[in-house]
Amino acid sequence: MLELSSKIARAELSWATRLRSGLGKTRSRLSGLFSDRSVDPALFEEIETALLASDAGAEATRFLLAALHERASQGATAGQLKTALQAILVELLAPLEQTLDLSGKKPCVVMLAGVNGSGKTTSIGKLARYFQDQGRSVLLAAGDTFRAAAREQLAAWGEENAVAVVAQSGGDPGAVLFDAIVAARSRGIDLVLADTAGRLPTQLHLMEEIGRIKRVIAKAEPGAPHEVWLVLDANTGQNALKQVEAFDDALGLTGLILTKLDGTAKGGIVCAIALARSQRPLPLRFVGVGEGIADLRPFAADAFVSALLD
Amino acid sequence: MLENLSERLSRIAKTIRGEARLTEANIQEALREVRMALLEADVALPVVKAFIERVREAALGAEVVGSLTPGQALVGVVHRELTALMGGEDAALDLAVTPPAVVLLAGLQGSGKTTTAAKLAKMLAAERQKKPLLVSCDVYRPAAIEQLRTLAGQIGVDFFPSAIGQKPMAIALAALDHAKKHYHDVLLVDTAGRLAIDATMMQEIAGLHAALKPVETLFIVDSMQGQDSVKVAKAFGDALPLTGIVLTKLDGDARGGAALSVRQVTGKPIKFAGVSEKPDGLELFHPERMASRILGMGDVLSLVEEARKTVDLDEAKKFAEKLKKGKGFNLEDFKQQIGQMRKMGGISSMIDKLPAQFAQAAQSSQMDEKQLRRVEGIIDSMTPAERMRPEILKASRKRRIAAGAGVPVQEVNRLLNQFEQMQEMMKRIQKGGLAKMMRGMKGFMPGTR
Repeated sequence: MLELSSKIARAELSWATRLRSGLGKTRSRLSGLFSDRSVDPALFEEIETALLASDAGAEATRFLLAALHERASQGATAGQLKTALQAILVELLAPLEQTLDLSGKKPCVVMLAGVNGSGKTTSIGKLARYFQDQGRSVLLAAGDTFRAAAREQLAAWGEENAVAVVAQSGGDPGAVLFDAIVAARSRGIDLVLADTAGRLPTQLHLMEEIGRIKRVIAKAEPGAPHEVWLVLDANTGQNALKQVEAFDDALGLTGLILTKLDGTAKGGIVCAIALARSQRPLPLRFVGVGEGIADLRPFAADAFVSALLD
Repeated sequence: MLENLSERLSRIAKTIRGEARLTEANIQEALREVRMALLEADVALPVVKAFIERVREAALGAEVVGSLTPGQALVGVVHRELTALMGGEDAALDLAVTPPAVVLLAGLQGSGKTTTAAKLAKMLAAERQKKPLLVSCDVYRPAAIEQLRTLAGQIGVDFFPSAIGQKPMAIALAALDHAKKHYHDVLLVDTAGRLAIDATMMQEIAGLHAALKPVETLFIVDSMQGQDSVKVAKAFGDALPLTGIVLTKLDGDARGGAALSVRQVTGKPIKFAGVSEKPDGLELFHPERMASRILGMGDVLSLVEEARKTVDLDEAKKFAEKLKKGKGFNLEDFKQQIGQMRKMGGISSMIDKLPAQFAQAAQSSQMDEKQLRRVEGIIDSMTPAERMRPEILKASRKRRIAAGAGVPVQEVNRLLNQFEQMQEMMKRIQKGGLAKMMRGMKGFMPGTR
């Protein structure tokens, strides 16, 4: 027992380290600004630059700067401003952190959607491992019947994790997912992870198609899909906001996955999304910070902000 | 976001319009707007800063004199500078070496390298009569090799098999050898996606480059990429002597931010743009048009080109003959037009390419895909005689058609009205020709002279 908990602690530690190194560039740019200096217009300009360069976007940058200006007018020092920024960010991002509860539904169906190349199939591979580690049985459904070899790619992940994959050559994505859910029910499997083909929000017929796919899933299992997550590439700029809106309109999203955060200066887009969706917060379910199979983990606002600022 | 930028710029143009000339003071406000708009379109900050300086200098210079309004002048300056920044000239692939000419593709994960490799092969085979060979050196992503093999089969191009256990270098050299022995003109080498900060992987691709000595080394960039584009491009440019850039997924909501940044940082031309998921969805990149598109002047030229490619030439010829003979335009033709419109990627992709003000009008008139299908349904419910001579349609015929198509009679009437307008337009085209109509459209666009 003791050994297990120390193992988990180690895993947590390396996760935090990796998140920190993933956000390294953004952090050094932001946190270095505040040390040993007076509060003057130049400081604010540098903060603005750092935020914009991290993909925070014009709107979120304006919002954060306004909040900091207010603190400064109350006589805050540069050091206090940094603490203030940290607090504001945590407050902004806290609604994105929500506990995932998949209990009581069997099979529970999680559907993934996103633009081409955002990392849907890879995320499914990593999620399979994550949920297996939690003691759930998992089935992968190859709903991307469009892209060449998407099925084979998912099959490789299935092999890696030793989980079943339901696929058809060609055919209709709805039919594949329907079959997968029926198979999961008859095999008594806890969780179905449903892959879908990448699509751009401008391809209206494909956005309609994914709505149909969702309705087919509902026919296969009442109440399903229980979760619909949009997979976002952290390299994406302000277009991420449009993706969130378009896929939410088409599907009614219940969460987000942010992949490839291990590049260089990123993470600001999370602030932009949080601000744009402050009325209807969309939980950030998982964040990916590396290519390893265990590098996709639940989002924690505190850890994220300290990785950004400390 | 690009729409956003153009709207913003036209708003700026309006606010400045009241003043006699551009001054340091009134341009300040407008430039701040341009700056924010560019940032929202994901142009990287350092690039934005340099760009604003260029525009400021150009706007305050002599070029303002002689323009109609200061607002138009500023939009004109922004457009000119944008075009200059993105290249100023079209650039095709340079394959003038002893065959096989090697083309190496590099980029981040998910940027679209494999799809682009297949599209390039198809383009070289179809448009330049080359014999290409495709090979994948991606031994990391599961089924990446399988993906390229499938695509090669779909487009009917030779594929050099590789496997996950092999070394990328060994694969590349074997493929090069094969290409030489089998007289392939071009060897297209797909590589694994890699992060710019991954030193081992960057060394790997530098090694591939040294061994293959490619005539073209293309950097594949997702057009949706954010601020990081500038650093990623720099890292790839430092590791590899790039010769060009391919901008992918431009059929998304068409932001140009990454295009500007990457072009600026690498100094290499953007050679191609990926514009659909299909194997022929690759176009030559035209900086001039991209700049126009950013400014909301629309992409009318590439729309025309696309129409030329997709529309059935025979059908179009027959149609033109008919018009010439003065037989008029009937509902059967109207239906064919709708079918061809769908072939061109549907209305939405056409709207994207129209100038902002037309796009808005087109969207508000609610001509969506669904409605197209209904229109087709209504025409299908008519007899051949009715289609040829719509004027015979009276109340009882209309009722029958409405019942057949499952729509209210009003919708049949609306279709007939639309058709009449279309007939009017066709008459005008007959008189003046398409070119004249295009010129007419050009007058509506801001900044063109």
